[in-house]
Amino acid sequence: MSFSPDSDMHKRRKGRNMGVGLCLAAFIGLLFVLTTVKIRQTGPVEGFDHVPRATALPATETQSATGE
Amino acid sequence: MTDASLNTAAQPAANQGPYDAGFGDYFALLKPRVMSLVVFTAAVGLLAAPGSLHWVEAVCAILFIAIGAGASGALNMWWDADIDAVMKRTAKRPIPSGRVEPQDALVVGCALSGLSVMFMALATNWLAAGLLAFTIFFYAVVYSMWLKRSTPQNIVIGGAAGAFPPMIGWVAVTGSISIEACLMFALIFMWTPPHFWALALFMRSDYDDAGVPMLTVTHGRKATRAHILAYTVLLAVLAVAAGFTQIGGPLYLAVAVICNVIFLRDAVRIWRRTEEDAEADNYKVEKSFFKFSLLYLFVHFGAILFEAVLPVANWM
Repeated sequence: MSFSPDSDMHKRRKGRNMGVGLCLAAFIGLLFVLTTVKIRQTGPVEGFDHVPRATALPATETQSATGE
Repeated sequence: MTDASLNTAAQPAANQGPYDAGFGDYFALLKPRVMSLVVFTAAVGLLAAPGSLHWVEAVCAILFIAIGAGASGALNMWWDADIDAVMKRTAKRPIPSGRVEPQDALVVGCALSGLSVMFMALATNWLAAGLLAFTIFFYAVVYSMWLKRSTPQNIVIGGAAGAFPPMIGWVAVTGSISIEACLMFALIFMWTPPHFWALALFMRSDYDDAGVPMLTVTHGRKATRAHILAYTVLLAVLAVAAGFTQIGGPLYLAVAVICNVIFLRDAVRIWRRTEEDAEADNYKVEKSFFKFSLLYLFVHFGAILFEAVLPVANWM
């Protein structure tokens, strides 16, 4: 089975698709890196570790009475 | 026979149906040569600014300024397709040569405008993004749609669009507009009229044929020569004054003095010449002035960059 060589139109279309694809891939990569940089600039991010953090809890009556 | 069909270089044949544009045809809509100048001046503005930006943010800022400039170029080509087809210099552009449909150029221009402004804001700050949005609006609407065909001062006011990139670069870092950013803006703003009027002097038939009210057509060539000299004098004052600010330094000042002496000398020669003199040597002085104007801008911004990256002396 033989295939006829690509016409100019097919070559242009292929080039356009490749170009758009590469641009999109580069754009996604750039946004990923930019997002990483922006997140790092905000300082350390604390995640919930399933244990209540004492300093983040509201003060109780006992704590208020003892002045703790 | 239409004007567009005269351009055979990349002309799609009439019997082959609609032309399927390649990636390069769409890229040409963005005026890559103008974009390269925008990238350079924006990078200088960004690097000369006090403060720091992460290199990824800096790359993104320059990229989005370039995309914004390209988008305004695409919108300009969409609007000016009719006069581009008439002028020799622009007849081979994607739309007049039939390689890209005007509606496609409009979509590309609008999409890239929105994308560049939005991501400029996310990468840097809202003031820089706002300036970028204003630049696109100024070039596409104020210059292309309004001034270009209605006033001989089109080049003067329209030149502001090309002058914004270094200011946007500066604002991307500092978040505010300072005197140095304004001076870099003014340098390009004052440089644009003599640069384009010199071109108009020796590309006379192009603008005449297109009916664009260039100063050469509306006020005559003698008045254009006088305008070139006047703007060159103002430009020289501004260029040298910038040497005494934060962006300047001994190297910049030396470069500015030398370049402006040459530029002023050539502007005086243009002013003193008659049309007969110019036609006799095929506009040699005007062409030389135009070529030097390209080097002039590159050297000035190169010196600002050099002073920012490698300060020769902390003399101020």
